[in-house]
Amino acid sequence: MISRVHKVLFLIMLLACVVMAAFLIRLRNRAQDRLHAEAAMPPAEITEGSSSAPRTVTLYVPNDLDASITAVQRQIAMPADDNAQARVLLDNLIAAFHAPGSTHPMSVASGVNEVYFLPLPKAQGPPAAGRIAVVDLSGSLAAAQPSGIEPETLTLLAMMATLHANMPSIAEVHFLVDGQPRETLAGHADLTRTYLASDAGPEAKPETAPGQAAEVVP
Amino acid sequence: MRWIEVWVLALALQAVPQAAQPAPAPSTQAARPAFVVVIDAAHGGSDSGARLGNGTAEKAVTLGLSVRLRSTLQARGVTVITTRESDAAVAPLNRAETANHAHAAACLVIHATATGSGVHLYTSGLAASAPSRPMPWQTAQAQYVTQSVKLESEIDSALAHAQIPVTLGRASVQPMDNLACPAVAVEIAPLVAGHVTAGKDVSDSGYQKSVADALAAAVESWRSDWKQQ
Repeated sequence: MISRVHKVLFLIMLLACVVMAAFLIRLRNRAQDRLHAEAAMPPAEITEGSSSAPRTVTLYVPNDLDASITAVQRQIAMPADDNAQARVLLDNLIAAFHAPGSTHPMSVASGVNEVYFLPLPKAQGPPAAGRIAVVDLSGSLAAAQPSGIEPETLTLLAMMATLHANMPSIAEVHFLVDGQPRETLAGHADLTRTYLASDAGPEAKPETAPGQAAEVVP
Repeated sequence: MRWIEVWVLALALQAVPQAAQPAPAPSTQAARPAFVVVIDAAHGGSDSGARLGNGTAEKAVTLGLSVRLRSTLQARGVTVITTRESDAAVAPLNRAETANHAHAAACLVIHATATGSGVHLYTSGLAASAPSRPMPWQTAQAQYVTQSVKLESEIDSALAHAQIPVTLGRASVQPMDNLACPAVAVEIAPLVAGHVTAGKDVSDSGYQKSVADALAAAVESWRSDWKQQ
């Protein structure tokens, strides 16, 4: 014989199971509705780690013919993380090099492995303001870089000017290739030294001599 | 006896300016080093440098221009030292050593590229500093930056006179920062065709001759300035 107490306990547990099953089914339906709603939304611009609305940034795009560097405004979704911001800036700059009709053509569309930040070394006196950006370029970018003093210098100046313009706390820039120190970018521009980012501004760009406009008569 | 006193006084007055004159000219000239130009043809050996438009290696163009410029300068009575005369690999350290031992009055580092147009002139990216001894090897050029910019200006004028487009800039290129002499990197690029210009490749001998002649004219002008310093 089953006692009355056991019967009541069984009925309570059965009721609890039914309630829990109903609750889980409801949760599942809610999750499905959310997934369907997200799938129905237009696809957002996919940017690594992007978490905020597009921001106006300044890219410095070089021109090989007259060795000038021109500021170009772009709307780019920037991530919150500083390292990712620097990487997104440089990747967009390299994409501009790769774009059709580029004035500083390059055969790769991206080429930055990572950007690290270090504090400036403390000299005697007050602590130095700003930080050093260590840009780790990919070997494929170095291989695609046109060789020569002018094209290599313009690539470095454009990267430094872009970083400094959008992240003014970057005071110095050092370059690595595939995580290793390297003597030159593509046979000319020295990568063993640390560059002052402020030297790469538009005021420090190579200037065209008065003879520039002159042409050689054949 | 009064005329004797006057005569002695006149002799004394003549002697004073002679004593005040500087050291004789021959000894001054002996102290001044000779006017030597160092030409550094970049790359060489296994380091081919840039691959230029028609497949020519940069090292061949720099050597060709170096030899041509050396001949042109020697014909004008200038003492020239080159860092290489053949397709040999020379380390940047040895290139700077050659130039610094020569106490050169001008150092021209020759490069070539496939991008841009005309001739690109570069001086060191180091900030100018006051002379000091001993001279730091890594930043030796800092003490010559002002003179390097003047030399660059001379070359700029000569190239403009030869109607060759010029681009000026500052760059960090080995071994420029180690050179203890007025130094300019001369990078020859193709001539892009314009309204009245025929496009010319960097290996075009006529184009190379125009550039070499302009560089030689600039060095001659620099020699005149150097003698007056």
